[in-house]
Amino acid sequence: MTQTAAQVHHVPLLTVEHMTMRFGGLLAVDDLSFVAKTCQITAIIGPNGAGKTTVFNCLTGFYKPTVGRLTLHHPRGPLLLEQMEGYRIAKEANVARTFQNVRLFAKMTVLENLIVAQHNVLMRASLCTVAGLFGLPRYRHAERAAVEKARYWLDKVQLTEYADWEARSLPYGAQRRLEVARSMCTDPILLCLDEPAAGLNARESAKLNELLCSIRDEQGIGLLLIEHDMNVVMEISDHIIVLDYGRKIADDTPQVVRRDAAVIKAYLGEEEEDELPPEVVEALKAERERSS
Amino acid sequence: MAASTMQTARARGVAAGCKEAGLAAFVALMLALPMAGFETIGTATAIGLAWRPGLVIVPVAAVFIGRFLLSLLWHRQHPRPRTEAAPSVMDRVARGVSRGVVYVIPFLLLFAIALPFLPFSNRYVIDTATSVLIYVMLGWGLNIVVGLAGLLDLGYVAFYAVGAYSYALLATHFGWSFWACLPLAGLFAALAGILLGFPVLRLRGDYLAIVTLGFGEIIRLILLNWYAVTNGPNGISRIPRPTFFGLEFTRRSEAGMPAFHEFFNLSYSGEHRVIFLYFLILCLALITNAFTQRIRKLPVGRAWEALREDEIACRSLGINPTNTKLTAFGLGAMFGGFAGAFFATRQGFVSPESFSFIESAIILAIVVLGGMGSQIGVVLAAVLLIVLPELGRVLEQFRMLVFGGAMVAIMVWRPSGLLAYREPTLRLHGKARGVGGTA
Repeated sequence: MTQTAAQVHHVPLLTVEHMTMRFGGLLAVDDLSFVAKTCQITAIIGPNGAGKTTVFNCLTGFYKPTVGRLTLHHPRGPLLLEQMEGYRIAKEANVARTFQNVRLFAKMTVLENLIVAQHNVLMRASLCTVAGLFGLPRYRHAERAAVEKARYWLDKVQLTEYADWEARSLPYGAQRRLEVARSMCTDPILLCLDEPAAGLNARESAKLNELLCSIRDEQGIGLLLIEHDMNVVMEISDHIIVLDYGRKIADDTPQVVRRDAAVIKAYLGEEEEDELPPEVVEALKAERERSS
Repeated sequence: MAASTMQTARARGVAAGCKEAGLAAFVALMLALPMAGFETIGTATAIGLAWRPGLVIVPVAAVFIGRFLLSLLWHRQHPRPRTEAAPSVMDRVARGVSRGVVYVIPFLLLFAIALPFLPFSNRYVIDTATSVLIYVMLGWGLNIVVGLAGLLDLGYVAFYAVGAYSYALLATHFGWSFWACLPLAGLFAALAGILLGFPVLRLRGDYLAIVTLGFGEIIRLILLNWYAVTNGPNGISRIPRPTFFGLEFTRRSEAGMPAFHEFFNLSYSGEHRVIFLYFLILCLALITNAFTQRIRKLPVGRAWEALREDEIACRSLGINPTNTKLTAFGLGAMFGGFAGAFFATRQGFVSPESFSFIESAIILAIVVLGGMGSQIGVVLAAVLLIVLPELGRVLEQFRMLVFGGAMVAIMVWRPSGLLAYREPTLRLHGKARGVGGTA
């Protein structure tokens, strides 16, 4: 593991070139290019409406970008994501995602959610249901393996004791973690997380950080992260891309990005400084002093 | 002070009750005026209208008073906060029943097998039971599409029709036996299901319901108008009856094989065939159930349920929504086709009349009433929906009124169906510990 991890360390995993997404007259993403690497957490941040989720939707096949090339450097060879149908991006390119508003299979149990995520593996094992219908050992082994994998991820996100609960009856923070576990059950090489810390309290948020870092370090995959919570972003990301009105305004390590004048301007605005709450103004001043 | 607030509260309650009762009475008036208010009478020269005020005033007054009393009653009770999480008494009953059903099923099955031989059973009882079982089977078939995959299908009767006509045509034109035609009927119905599936892949909910409704009508209209093949509204008659491994249920055997009663040394009775048909549909229905129960625990079945819950999440997990939906449509339709073939051989006659929209509505009502996705709920609902109107025959013209009232009552008390309880397809901790969250 360590050997291979060292080998693949920081190899480009996803190359986005000149991606532009236009909805009628609205330019949601404007000529965006960036690279995400394996074993790294790449965060995409920006004010509301900056086009972050649109980037995700293009990457995971929910939208087709108007212009641009999205290359995934898959071990089996490079794949052009913009040309793939939505479900095939998850199935063949192994790109998994979570959603801003948690999308679990609410009436199914926690365990079932994780088993559904392994649909394609189980489908192959059940020979498109035929073997499964007659209960052949081939399928039973596959199902047992699937349950084991589910159990591994349940342990990892500390939900093992809730395995047989309906997903909708979990507390919100647990639902977030379950969604991460579910996407990990698809064996992704790139995991896209859309605001995973939204609505979490400080403790849950810290737990999530730990989880994401352990995924990065143990699974050797790349993580792409949209986040509003600056504590999360600055703490765990290796690389930050800042969007504003669909354009990239910064692309660097957290240490550099947090001092970037354009970023601070985009986040807090220049003109309306008087209207900001005093503590924010204080923080902004402190930030400026540090940067100058 | 307290008394006066009580009084104002009561006065407000009375005022609100008056308003609600007035509205309800107005609706009743609008309904009663054209429907019961006038009577057509034949005079010497033409048809005239007679005005019947009594039949309007009495029900409107009854509605007003009834509604007023009801609102007073509701007003007096404290408004209870109803949350999704807290299971009501009926929910607990439903869950209890669904759990206990495991122990009841063998008895139900035994009862179903013994039914034709019980002392009270006669031809009428067995016929009714056969009808119930047809609807149970159709309900189970539709449950795949509606209950599991969550695709609202209002044209399910189309597949029933395809199955029935497949058998009727193959048997009358080529003389193929029931047993050879049964799989073909299922196959044709499944193909029709997939055919319907393609154009509706992008649709959900109401829109899907409208298209499937249209599809059902298209099939019926084809049957009605394609005279050369389907014999139009006259239907197809003299459809061969099924045989018991080649033994016929006739008084005299045709050339070669002996008749059923001759072979088993019984005296001829018309009931043999009825009983045989009963067992046939019982077997078919049980096969449908076994298949559904099994496939629910396979990847396809889980994908259906996941698709019902969230299609977008499904796509993000690499599940092909197209294939998943088409298999649901195809397999659901296949069982409709089997049931159709059985219907044709039972009746010996098929015509487009048997496949009107009301049939689709009844099958859907069975699935919804039973609790979407609940297999035993379908049985309960089918029994209710078929037997209740039969029992109601003593009520004569009020039969459908009582029936409608009963359905409204069920949907008010159990909005998600009689036995809406979902058994997980697999558990990590076994039954004992999984109780907590499955509210």
